[in-house]
Amino acid sequence: MASNEEILTGLAEIVEEVAGIDTADVSTEKSFVDDLDIDSLSMVEIAVQAEDKFGVKIPDDQLAELKTVGDAVDYIAKNQ
Amino acid sequence: MATLRLPATTAGARLLGFGSAQPTNVVTNDDLAKTMDTSDQWIRDRVGIQSRRVINDGTLLVEMAAEAGERAVKDSGLEPAEIDAVIFASCTMPSPIPNGAAQTADRIGIPAPAAFDLNAACAGFSYGIGTAASMIRSGSARHVLVIGAEKLSDWLDWTDRSTAIIFADAAGAAVLGPAPDEASVGVGPVTWGSAGDLAPTIFIRPENNALFQEGQSVFRWATTKIAPVALRAVELAGLTPADIDVFVPHQANLRIVEAIAKKLRKEGARADMRVADDIVLSGNTSSASIPLALDHMRADGRVASGDTVLLVGFGAGLSYAGQVIVFP
Repeated sequence: MASNEEILTGLAEIVEEVAGIDTADVSTEKSFVDDLDIDSLSMVEIAVQAEDKFGVKIPDDQLAELKTVGDAVDYIAKNQ
Repeated sequence: MATLRLPATTAGARLLGFGSAQPTNVVTNDDLAKTMDTSDQWIRDRVGIQSRRVINDGTLLVEMAAEAGERAVKDSGLEPAEIDAVIFASCTMPSPIPNGAAQTADRIGIPAPAAFDLNAACAGFSYGIGTAASMIRSGSARHVLVIGAEKLSDWLDWTDRSTAIIFADAAGAAVLGPAPDEASVGVGPVTWGSAGDLAPTIFIRPENNALFQEGQSVFRWATTKIAPVALRAVELAGLTPADIDVFVPHQANLRIVEAIAKKLRKEGARADMRVADDIVLSGNTSSASIPLALDHMRADGRVASGDTVLLVGFGAGLSYAGQVIVFP
């Protein structure tokens, strides 16, 4: 079981690989769409990689609810 | 009980010729931005398309298909009368009756061929090549014309920016014939399948006869499930990913194309493997996209005779098919 901090670090690495955003900019209060300028298809790529990395399922309808990095960290923590 | 005689089998099939046809009318992203909430940058970022070609002069789907088919027959060096079967892969015929294959064959001047339509949407061309190769190997046909032809513009809501920016019109065709010996077989085994549980992710809405696509779900499926299909096609042909010179996936979305190519490279495909990017100037033309891309890549020298080419089609159904071919 990864801690919230480990999840954030892992998620930031995925966001960097998929969207080219510096890991330092990926913090819990940031909105994927409004702050990090990540589009819906990149969100799918991030979800797929997060599923592999953390052993969770993130269906598309759930994905739409994950507005901020913090939402994603909490979801992964709860469902891993 | 009678003993039934079967035709002599052949070593397998090979490609003999290619051809394609597109409308002359070019629609740019800026053109679309005039009628819907979108922009050139938005479209390039999401799907990688710069412009597409759309019929605006009433050309019939079967007319465009016949043009592509005629070019493929000419390229093969055969006479139309030597073609004994026509497979018409399409999901955009204006009506289900009559089929497209027979009337397209007639327009090309192919007398009385076996002629049938095949609807596997964007996977249609690879399904058609797989079917044609099996027919040739089993001896039920000698020379088969496979045409992928789509007039998607008839089935779009031109105010829906999730589909109108992507789809376009085109036809592409290939002629296959028997390989004289095992060493000259040019069509590898097909790997094909479907995911009917995902049928509701791409369908035509009956209320407006317009294509609807669940973009995220389809993107997820295409970027996770199709690379393994392509790799399986390579394995079935007795090759490794490093043997592939050219990769021509269905031109669904440039980001899907790039995601699949990246996965193939992780599995050993070469960095210098040429990857089709025909969607940039042609849009997503469903069953036509693979032969259209091949014809364009031949014209600009990116695919040449003897190249080992990996094809993979995927789309509505959902359905998918792939195989390795040797370019004629």
